[in-house]
Amino acid sequence: MLNFEKPLLELESKITELQRMSNDNDNDSNIDDALKNLRDKADRMLEKTYTSLTAQQKVMVARHPARPHFSNYIKGLITDFTPLAGDRFFSEDPALIAGIGRFKDQPCVIIGQEKGHDTASRIHHNFGMPRPEGYRKAQRLMDIASRFNLPVITLVDTAGAYPGIGAEERGQSEAIAKSIESCLRCTTPIISVIIGEGGSGGAVAIATANRVLMLEHSIYSVISPEGCASILWRSSDYAKEAAEALKLTAQDLKELNIIDEIIPEPIGGAHRFPQKTIESVGIAIEKSLEQLVGQDSETIRTNRENRFINIGS
Amino acid sequence: MNWLTNLVRPKIRALVDKQDVPDNLWTKCPKCDSMLFHRDIANNDNICTSCDYHMKIDVITRLKILFDNGEYTRIECPTVKDDPLKFKDLKKYKDRLKDAQQKTGEKDALMVAKGTIGGIPTIIAAFDFRFMGGSMGAAVGDGLLTAANLAVEENAAFITVPASGGARMQESMISLMQMPRSVIAVEKVKQAGLPYIVLLTDPTTGGVSASFAMLGDIHIAEPAAQICFAGRRVIQETIREELPEGFQTAEYLLEHGMVDMIVHRKDLNSEIGKVLGLLRPNKAQPSK
Repeated sequence: MLNFEKPLLELESKITELQRMSNDNDNDSNIDDALKNLRDKADRMLEKTYTSLTAQQKVMVARHPARPHFSNYIKGLITDFTPLAGDRFFSEDPALIAGIGRFKDQPCVIIGQEKGHDTASRIHHNFGMPRPEGYRKAQRLMDIASRFNLPVITLVDTAGAYPGIGAEERGQSEAIAKSIESCLRCTTPIISVIIGEGGSGGAVAIATANRVLMLEHSIYSVISPEGCASILWRSSDYAKEAAEALKLTAQDLKELNIIDEIIPEPIGGAHRFPQKTIESVGIAIEKSLEQLVGQDSETIRTNRENRFINIGS
Repeated sequence: MNWLTNLVRPKIRALVDKQDVPDNLWTKCPKCDSMLFHRDIANNDNICTSCDYHMKIDVITRLKILFDNGEYTRIECPTVKDDPLKFKDLKKYKDRLKDAQQKTGEKDALMVAKGTIGGIPTIIAAFDFRFMGGSMGAAVGDGLLTAANLAVEENAAFITVPASGGARMQESMISLMQMPRSVIAVEKVKQAGLPYIVLLTDPTTGGVSASFAMLGDIHIAEPAAQICFAGRRVIQETIREELPEGFQTAEYLLEHGMVDMIVHRKDLNSEIGKVLGLLRPNKAQPSK
């Protein structure tokens, strides 16, 4: 439960209770009126809450476990999805899923981090924190995209690349660096959507794209607010202040021209209405693809490069 | 509180303190704990005279060591918007910048220079660790792009010398965007068929190691330099295990195939000169 949603949830439980009473007492207009009032109140409260989320609240929404994850988007948007496994050097990394499939009749490459939806699957996917093998698999898929002229869709949702002994040993830095390089060398359009958490190098490794879109309540940051607070404020208790200062919301990043577009979420957030959210993401990807498919490879490459060169100027 | 703590202790402390040596004359070697006289280590390129440990070095000395005869021309880096996010933690970023600028006399953490190594025209982009831990923000990214463009323009070899804690948090996402930007910079050099060498120095971590610093044609590291993606503390907190000895040192990376060679500071000019001579025969300028 998100702590700022507490009054809302209390209201919703009252509504459920009243609903039961109304079912037990047929045609009691008093109860029905009260029910309608409460529902209106709940709607207003939901709208008010979700149109004025603070940066820290957005961090919580972006990390909400019920938010649609990579696999949900695949199910909702991609047909014939064929996941491809392994980096051909060391192992398969389930934290980063990559494959080929069809998006609205258009064959394409799809890459993204998967956080998992219950304890077992979260452990299996390493909570969406890829090891070097994940990024090397992404590089492989970028090459396939160029060779077979397939556009690339990446769905970013990670707290960051995994910080572990093995990951360091096998060159996490090199894997991320090469992954950025692969994005830049890719001759077909890349569209990235930040669907939840865009955690630093682990995110930009697959988000060096022609178009970078963000869901309304997703976040994208150089460091987690907790990490930033513990370094700059010397205590993670200042995560709230850090979240504000980091300007990690979709709205801030659009303002800074670091992302291209915000995809609106239904009022109440993606975790309440996953299906609607997935549809919106689909529509936004389709729109971006239409603008990019058909451009020659040199234009695609140069425009992507310039998109990043021009940031900050 | 009594006269003993208020009066006697401070006096005793004052007596003891006086005997302490001023810290600018003597430096303690972080590895072997030897007390080293400042002039001795300065004459020895900041290498411990007793155990050969390579201490951090200022960027000017770095350039002098690398270029032939210590000669080079500095290249101006473009000026960027200061503090685009109006970032404030315990201190304003603007003030942190001012402090760093005063301390180093430089605008930001990257210095670009041109000269020759082994007679081969070379552009070097070197980090100044004293400037906010050599962290990478927009100014550093712009500097790398400038340096790379110049290398292409002048048909020169390109060398980066990271000494950096990683991204500059106070520039947040603008700083993260320097990862792709720096990769674009070195990509330009590579596309032009020019050699790109990385000299990994202590420390090379985070967003810097995960971008241009791991994409060299050749990776040279200084002995014992710390080179990693995630810092020791972050890893320890995540996995709650002891880290292996020598973890994330240059030697460890050599063993794991991430760097080509470890080169003693005093041999850098000759070793890089040799490599460039092999990669770029017939490009050496006649010595004056």
